[in-house]
Amino acid sequence: MTRRTWRKFESSLALSLCAFAAFIGLFWLVFILGDVLIQGIGALNLSLFTQDPVPPGMDGGGLRNAFVGQFLITVVATLIGVPLGVLGGTFIAEYARGKVIARVISDLSDIMVSVPSIVVGTFIYAIVVLPIGHFNGWAGAIALAVIMIPVVLRTTESMLTLVPWTLREAAFALGAPYYKVIVQVVYRGAAAGIFTGVLLSIARVAGETAPLLFTSFSNNFFSTDMNQPISSLTVTIFQYAMGPYDDWHRQAWAASLIITLVILLVTVIGRAIIKVRYQK
Amino acid sequence: MTVNIEVKNLNFYYSGGVHALKNINLSIRKNAVTALIGPSGCGKTTLLRCFNRMHDLYPGNKYEGEIIFDEENILSDDVDLIDLRSRIGMVFQKPTPFPMSIFDNVAYGLKLRGVRKKADLSERVEHSLRQAALWDEVKDKLFQSAYALSGGQQQRLVIARALAVEPEALLFDEPTSALDPISTAKIEELVEQLKKSVTIIIVTHNMQQAARVSDETGFLMLGEMIEVGSTDTIFTAPKEKLTEDYVTGRFG
Amino acid sequence: MPFRIKRGPDTIFYGLTAVASLSVLLIILGIVIVLYKEAALSIGKFGVWRFIVSTEWNPVREIFGAATNIFGTVVTTALSMIIALPVAVGIAVFMTEIAPKPLRGTIGAAIELLAAIPSIIYGMWGLFTLAPIMSEYIEPALQNTIGKLPLVGILFQGTPLGIDILTASVILSIMIIPFTASISRDAFNLTPSVVKESAYGLGATKWEVVKNVVLPYSKVGVFGGAVLSMGRALGETMAVAFVLGNSHQITSSLFDAAATITVTLANEFTEADTDIYLSSLFNLALILFVLSFITLAIAKFFLFRAQRKLAR
Repeated sequence: MTRRTWRKFESSLALSLCAFAAFIGLFWLVFILGDVLIQGIGALNLSLFTQDPVPPGMDGGGLRNAFVGQFLITVVATLIGVPLGVLGGTFIAEYARGKVIARVISDLSDIMVSVPSIVVGTFIYAIVVLPIGHFNGWAGAIALAVIMIPVVLRTTESMLTLVPWTLREAAFALGAPYYKVIVQVVYRGAAAGIFTGVLLSIARVAGETAPLLFTSFSNNFFSTDMNQPISSLTVTIFQYAMGPYDDWHRQAWAASLIITLVILLVTVIGRAIIKVRYQK
Repeated sequence: MTVNIEVKNLNFYYSGGVHALKNINLSIRKNAVTALIGPSGCGKTTLLRCFNRMHDLYPGNKYEGEIIFDEENILSDDVDLIDLRSRIGMVFQKPTPFPMSIFDNVAYGLKLRGVRKKADLSERVEHSLRQAALWDEVKDKLFQSAYALSGGQQQRLVIARALAVEPEALLFDEPTSALDPISTAKIEELVEQLKKSVTIIIVTHNMQQAARVSDETGFLMLGEMIEVGSTDTIFTAPKEKLTEDYVTGRFG
Repeated sequence: MPFRIKRGPDTIFYGLTAVASLSVLLIILGIVIVLYKEAALSIGKFGVWRFIVSTEWNPVREIFGAATNIFGTVVTTALSMIIALPVAVGIAVFMTEIAPKPLRGTIGAAIELLAAIPSIIYGMWGLFTLAPIMSEYIEPALQNTIGKLPLVGILFQGTPLGIDILTASVILSIMIIPFTASISRDAFNLTPSVVKESAYGLGATKWEVVKNVVLPYSKVGVFGGAVLSMGRALGETMAVAFVLGNSHQITSSLFDAAATITVTLANEFTEADTDIYLSSLFNLALILFVLSFITLAIAKFFLFRAQRKLAR
């Protein structure tokens, strides 16, 4: 075999392996999502949303309390995390731009984005659950908010930096004070991107289980009282899947399907907004 | 000749100590167009941005000397910058419409100053757009996004936006360098019209434009004002050799 | 005309945003301080280093050591990286060099969707679908082939139940592949086309361009991305919790159950009935936090270097 022929062969071989790798990557996606779909659809029925859990061992019942609890926790977490994240990102992209403190906070946020979420859970347990004396929904929401803040901060920073500097100068030249320049001009220019960042951060925390395990814990009964332990979809999935009952397993699959669909939907919408808005 | 703005012994230092403007003396005539020309890096834009204190946005910059406008030194520390910038407006090199509708863009400066009533805003927006020779082209799409306009139209929009607050002077920083020849011609026409009501200072690296459009011209090099005079004189019978070399294209 | 300076609302907004941004600093400091305070009892009783190397984990006798957990964390992470890294890089090469242009966006989008799936879903799927497959087909097969070889064979001893280090590592690797592939693809895309074109112009094959131009150019970025993925894998809880088995032991077989710091925390935190038990769990959490923080910081450093190289 000539050197030329060998090189061509080597190239085809190596690239085929890479294509195979890509195939494997997509294969898992189809396999996992397909499994969730098949298993989950079989267990889907209206009572899942309208009924609360029945005593262990008995068949039937639903996860209404888990859906409601998950919703409450996520909403509260968003209300805490998003403003702090957006304002924080504004500070480092605007007032502190170019200064050391901006780099430090930006880098630390990046690290916090990937830090183990269960550690956040232990932290919140120590400072919220212990003083109050028992698990409660607020602790769960705060834990999720702590995870959200760095994510939202970084995406806000990125989006604000994308707005051209001359736009700010033009607003200054009209006599606007800095805070108005930010709120009335820069935010408007970056609105789509910031919104997507918020959407993606919600998708991220909506699927978190570990930080809720010892903060909001769980509750077998229907409750909207955030001062007490409250049920969440993710923790319930964990409990049911690890439990011995087939009926529990079925419900866990159904809940997994719902969560996956919602998160994928939000992610797709978010990425679509970015694509449409920034494709110029 | 009525003088609107008087620059006296102006020195300017960028943060880090760079001495960018050296002992500038200049009289800006009221209701006339003064052009600032010179090779790249000569300080013409730096000088322009002193008039509306844009340099104040960036820490570490230092002014020395005076710029007298309406019997006050606008370089002093107790000047209200927001007020100054409504009396001396600016148009930048690249068109910078805000991410809002055409109407909201022009109304922005007015809203900043507390003009709230729809009727007042509409009237002043229309007036400014007419002044900027843009009204006919946008009157049917006032509430569409400003980004839907062409580059030349966006620049005229920016001019209308600056005019809406009824400034006494307008600063133009190479306003046509990003535009096509037709839009450039329209803007130059506009400048000719506007000077009747507004004092204009324009920075341009295009000498022919300076010759066409301005009444007075100042030639800068390396931060110094080499020569100032009527445009005719500067371009046909300059006193300094450097000026003559520049306007005849020996260097640029 | 009077000239005045207005400051009020601007200072308020400045203050608001500054305080918000400081929240990140406060959170990190808070975590370190609080975890240390809660772990103090355990640190006091067992000492910092002895705790780390002790393999005993006995809630009844109230003696705790982190070694088994650290072992589990390190082994599952390392194994998952070994599986995931080549696959992820292969996917990245496919996405940047092989796939036809119109497909690239779709595949990229598919990869990003995969990365968005919450870890508990991977855990569920691992428990109900993968573990049985591993236990019935793959693990016996491995045991009967590589398991028979000397030296390497000890990795595949014991009863293949499917709930073990191997399954956990496979799930973990599937989880981190999308993220790693994304970062690698971004690193590859930083290679300027002119450099690639010059190589093609000299008659290089596509693979040679990848191997000799793209990979060396982007290796810092790819490495940084790998370390970043490793940092994430260290902290994964739910994907691993279902299929690892939570057995505190150090073992040589991949078919044995083990424990990671995260899984131990998930399973035992609410069960801890003595102060020293809870404090030791906090001790574990602190160790994990420090470990992942350092790993992520190293990753950031490499990624920063990769960006700098582009700027030159």
